[in-house]
Amino acid sequence: MVKLILRNKEYEVRSGMTLLDALKKTNILPEGVVATRNGELIEEDEILKEGEIIKLVAAISGG
Amino acid sequence: MKCRICGEKASVNMREHKLALCKEHYLEWVPAQTERSIKKYGLFTHNEKILVAVSGGKDSLSLWDILQCLGYQVEGLYICLGIDEGISYSGESQRLAEKFAAEHNLKLHVVNIQTEYGATIPRITQETHRGRIKPCSVCGLIKRHVMNQITRDLGFDVLATGHNLDDEAAVLFGNTLTWAGEYLLRQGPILPGNPGLARKVKPLCRLYEREMLAYALLRGIEYIYEECPYSIGSTSIYYKELLNRLENDRPGAKLTYYLSFLEARKTGLFTEREKIQAELHLCPQCGQPTSAPELCSFCRMMERIIPMSFSNR
Repeated sequence: MVKLILRNKEYEVRSGMTLLDALKKTNILPEGVVATRNGELIEEDEILKEGEIIKLVAAISGG
Repeated sequence: MKCRICGEKASVNMREHKLALCKEHYLEWVPAQTERSIKKYGLFTHNEKILVAVSGGKDSLSLWDILQCLGYQVEGLYICLGIDEGISYSGESQRLAEKFAAEHNLKLHVVNIQTEYGATIPRITQETHRGRIKPCSVCGLIKRHVMNQITRDLGFDVLATGHNLDDEAAVLFGNTLTWAGEYLLRQGPILPGNPGLARKVKPLCRLYEREMLAYALLRGIEYIYEECPYSIGSTSIYYKELLNRLENDRPGAKLTYYLSFLEARKTGLFTEREKIQAELHLCPQCGQPTSAPELCSFCRMMERIIPMSFSNR
């Protein structure tokens, strides 16, 4: 499994899918986040591998 | 996905521009786009002194970073609002703004609302009828007043804010829902200066919020990630989420929406600007422009809250 973390929420998806598919599966709009793996930015076509942790950084801010 | 320029692995893909770039070329692209807006809209020149309003967030810190990289004469202004709400929001924002300034050897001016006016934003919000329901309007009013005052008092030519395309599109969306004519007349990359009113500019107005986030992350800019506790559930964030759904289905929709608004106004969709400008008066207390020949909204509010400390200023 692959873990996606957005703010305080965690989501799990199957490995082998692209980041874009993982975002769709978890109902997260790609436009609203930037995805990072080990501190590096990754893009939508990236294949997610077993055991990875993907940190999603929210783009929207207010205040 | 490959960088269009060098063919290396891309770090950022911008569907709105059909453009993918690696880290190196993305960090060149964002400042180039900002410079393009500065020139296109005539925001300021290299001979002018620019004050950047810095909140500690990704957009304003990135703007400060970009402008100093582009060689502009730029200093920062941080306004401590006194917002805590259990997460020390203002304290952490100020720490990050000061850290950025120190690391880049830049000058940061700090105004503390409590020190200046005797009360924090939450306290003022509690005390005013205006702020009981919606603290953001009080906060916005005070920030606009202080930013304008400091820009003028310290002799800066222009005040720059970190508003990005998503901010602008969300405001535009709200204003078109109610056809708020006066606000639509004033919205744009540049609000020219008037007697008592400093020129205000938004150099990031064509850059998506996601693009600015990617810039901040790739540049290693440490910014406050937590949202202002008062902005949670706000209308502007709701509008941003709605527009992001549109953008997701139709890449480029937000940019087209904003730019076609600017173009429509330029070609005469709105024509009342001169009339509205002619109706401005100067507040007898602070000297800033106001629509009525009496105290401005800021001075009226502050006199109600803390008449003693305010009248002694």
